[in-house]
Amino acid sequence: MSPAKPTRQIMLDGLWRDNPIFRQVLGICSTLAVTNVVLNTLVMCVSLTLVTAMSCMTVSLLRDWTPKNIRMMVQTLVIAFYVIIVDLMLKAYWPQMSRNLGPFVGLIITNCIIMGRCEAFAGANPMRPAFIDGLFSGMGYSFVLLAISVFRELFGMGSLLGYNMPYFSTAYWDNWIIMVMPPGAFFALASIIWLCRSIKMRETKS
Amino acid sequence: MNAVGAEVWLAMVTCFAAIFTQNILLTTFLGMCPFTSVSREVKTASGLGGAVIFVMTCTTLLNWLAYRYVLVPLELEFFRFILFIIIIAAFVQFVEMVIDRYSPKLYQSLGIFLPLITVNCAILGASLFMVIREYSFIVTIGWGFGAGVGWFLAIIAMAGIRQRLNESRIPEGLRGPGITLIIAGLMALAFIGFTGVLN
Repeated sequence: MSPAKPTRQIMLDGLWRDNPIFRQVLGICSTLAVTNVVLNTLVMCVSLTLVTAMSCMTVSLLRDWTPKNIRMMVQTLVIAFYVIIVDLMLKAYWPQMSRNLGPFVGLIITNCIIMGRCEAFAGANPMRPAFIDGLFSGMGYSFVLLAISVFRELFGMGSLLGYNMPYFSTAYWDNWIIMVMPPGAFFALASIIWLCRSIKMRETKS
Repeated sequence: MNAVGAEVWLAMVTCFAAIFTQNILLTTFLGMCPFTSVSREVKTASGLGGAVIFVMTCTTLLNWLAYRYVLVPLELEFFRFILFIIIIAAFVQFVEMVIDRYSPKLYQSLGIFLPLITVNCAILGASLFMVIREYSFIVTIGWGFGAGVGWFLAIIAMAGIRQRLNESRIPEGLRGPGITLIIAGLMALAFIGFTGVLN
């Protein structure tokens, strides 16, 4: 990797070209379970993006002082540190949301994407690009999950962010209960991956 | 005696629920990363699954003890994320060393899977669920074992199906992760069908 990767490039890579979800289905573990409601997903995605950006920055800051053979442990502790901050903030200021998300905030620690970005980019780059890389990887990941949650809430409950939507909450629309249940998440994610991969294939062909 | 009997019964129900209706992989999506990447062959999948059952049962118990007797008295509950991860990593490392020392044969078949398990979110997830749902010690045994078996069943079934998939024609964009997720969705539907049994 060239050290002077332009900022625009880093942003685009994180959002689209290297999007962790389409490239390999990585890191969906901790977040997919809360995508049945848009609001929960939004809070979860903001937390995850913040944790990714801050951990990448910290790992990059510490990169010259971290011995090679214990760097995984250091990265895990850095990530855990930020996750604890997010968890305590949610508990203090938004207890209802903290209960809704349950153990999934804590599970951000084991999200493969954060570790992957720390290992692949932040460990070898200065602070500013590392922060931007973490931020945009997190955002690229978030927009896929938000798309999933919009479909799930709209089709499954006829609402968005808790507000009833015109056509979908009337008698003309039968709620697809399956979309709110776990299998709906698998189907929605599979469809989105299918769509994005097809678009990408067309891009590379032309 | 009766109270213990009730506890054991509750543990068995929890175990059954963890295997089928609340399958940790198919209803909460934990452990998806190894699920999509290691499910190409039944043999490797069963090796990983077996290791997950063992590690999950032991670490949930260890974490229960650590949470109940160390963190709660010290009022350091928020510290559990870090403590659980350290316990899991240390336990996996310890098991690896013991197996290597006493059973090189088992080490060869299981060895490569053990490091993978440390980063498996299902293991940490099982411990976090245990804390949030406030399970007792006996129920935790049922939960840890059941969650492991549930994960094992799901990955074995997926590996079996994927071996057949090699011969079928799938649209280009859907190959790989896409089709795996759709199959997982169908499997999740089937597992949800067990919900009626518990009522």
